[in-house]
Amino acid sequence: MANFMEMVNWEQLIEATRETIYMTSISVFATFILGLFLGLLLFLTDKGNIWANRTVNVIIAGFVNIFRSIPFIILIVLLIPFTKLLLGTMLGANAALPALIIGAAPFYARMVEIALREIDKGVIEASQSMGATHVHIIFKVLIPESLPALISGVTVTAISLVSFTAMAGVIGAGGLGHFAYLEGFQRNRPIVTLVATIAILILVFIIQFVGDYFTKKTDKR
Amino acid sequence: MISIKNVRKIFPSKQGELKAVDDVNLEVQGGEIFGVIGYSGAGKSTLIRMLNGLELPTDGSVTVAGRVISKIKGAELREARQEISMIFQHFNLLWSRTVSENIAFPLEIAGVNGTQRKNRVAELIKLVGLEGRENAYPSQLSGGQKQRVGIARALANNPKVLLCDEATSALDPQTTDSILELLVDINKRLGLTIVLITHEMHVIRKICHRVAVMESGRVVELGSVLDVFKNPQEPITKRFVQQVTEPEETKETIKHLLELYPSGQVVQLSFIGEAAEQPLITNIIKDFNVVVNILQGKISHTQNGSYGTLFIHLDGLSSEIQKAIDYIHSQQVGVEVISNG
Repeated sequence: MANFMEMVNWEQLIEATRETIYMTSISVFATFILGLFLGLLLFLTDKGNIWANRTVNVIIAGFVNIFRSIPFIILIVLLIPFTKLLLGTMLGANAALPALIIGAAPFYARMVEIALREIDKGVIEASQSMGATHVHIIFKVLIPESLPALISGVTVTAISLVSFTAMAGVIGAGGLGHFAYLEGFQRNRPIVTLVATIAILILVFIIQFVGDYFTKKTDKR
Repeated sequence: MISIKNVRKIFPSKQGELKAVDDVNLEVQGGEIFGVIGYSGAGKSTLIRMLNGLELPTDGSVTVAGRVISKIKGAELREARQEISMIFQHFNLLWSRTVSENIAFPLEIAGVNGTQRKNRVAELIKLVGLEGRENAYPSQLSGGQKQRVGIARALANNPKVLLCDEATSALDPQTTDSILELLVDINKRLGLTIVLITHEMHVIRKICHRVAVMESGRVVELGSVLDVFKNPQEPITKRFVQQVTEPEETKETIKHLLELYPSGQVVQLSFIGEAAEQPLITNIIKDFNVVVNILQGKISHTQNGSYGTLFIHLDGLSSEIQKAIDYIHSQQVGVEVISNG
């Protein structure tokens, strides 16, 4: 047992966990904003909706589909020039953020679109019949009426992002993935890999619990 | 208040053009309850949506409360819509909002400030009889209560016109009646003009002053509800009138009675307005040598008067029966001999 305690560098583990939490929370926040924006555009420009526009819809859908299809590990490599241009480096937690956000936002955008499609068209029609502007419809109808689905979508996306950060860690972003790979695998200390895995699992369970709580709380159906 | 002139609405479809509304002309007076009846696909839903600009006519013009709805756009249309409210078959409430918040929604859209909004919501809740349910969510309400919220929401900005899109079609008969009573009450108290579409003649009979009958995009019959009941012209109108005056079981009863009484005649009497209040049957029994057997009767009240039907069986000498029938004719009561037994 004493041996086990010595084998793991706890300070490093805490530092790695802190980095993972940092990368996850910033990228979840940015993904939520960007994904919501893209998802709303996807929904609103679809035919029969208030901004129906085939060209815009096809362009956004194309963008979303392409970036959703690229495996994340390849996306990071592809985005290296872009990240360097943006941040001047490709090492450290911040350097992982552009790839995390660009990888996750299209995924979330599709979930937003599905959530918005679930809204009864009659409710949108009713709002129009009351003289609602498009801004009213978006912020007072579409978002509040789909909130539980938007939150459960964020939960799923956030959990994907935790695993994305682990992949980003392997190529130099730090965090628990980096810790498990470098300190555990490469130094042949499976116990370290196991501890890092447990830390990630705890993080995922917390995200799931909080997400479920708020999904339930906002659902008045 | 509402003027629909030469309105046509054509939807392009794969099988060619679909004429949803075909050359309709209607005038609705202020303070009137105007009904449009038709089966599904008759174009009534498209027609009512042109009154608040949710649909635009292909040809013709729609004017409501002095504004040409078919021409205006953007802010002007949104402003006009605050004066033309609508209630729906499936209520279309926001499930994420409570009763109070749903009613406050149109006030938020109109930019009414917080305190005024709160007062107005309280007023409306009282008007539609939802006291105590202010903080309930729509999922916790019955169908009738949901429609009351819909009505309160529609009245929030003091509209001039209320459009009802099959507003009672999803409700049971009792709830339907209580919602209809509420609409009549609002019409009388606030002088609101109401246009409603329905496929139930019962709704027309109970609350409308005038009715238009629609079939394949056209208005085939138009008139005061009592006139239409008294004297339906088109076959489709007759079918709708029968919904109320001749329930399905009447036919069976009559068939059964014709078999039971092979002699004499079965006669259908129709009473309108004051005629319904005369002691007709008593006079027949007193003055003619016939036996009168009442088979089935029903009196329907419309907004412009009563309308009744009565099925009786007359037995005796055929000359006496004929005299009795002539007498009924002279009393301004409609007579129709159903069968010569």
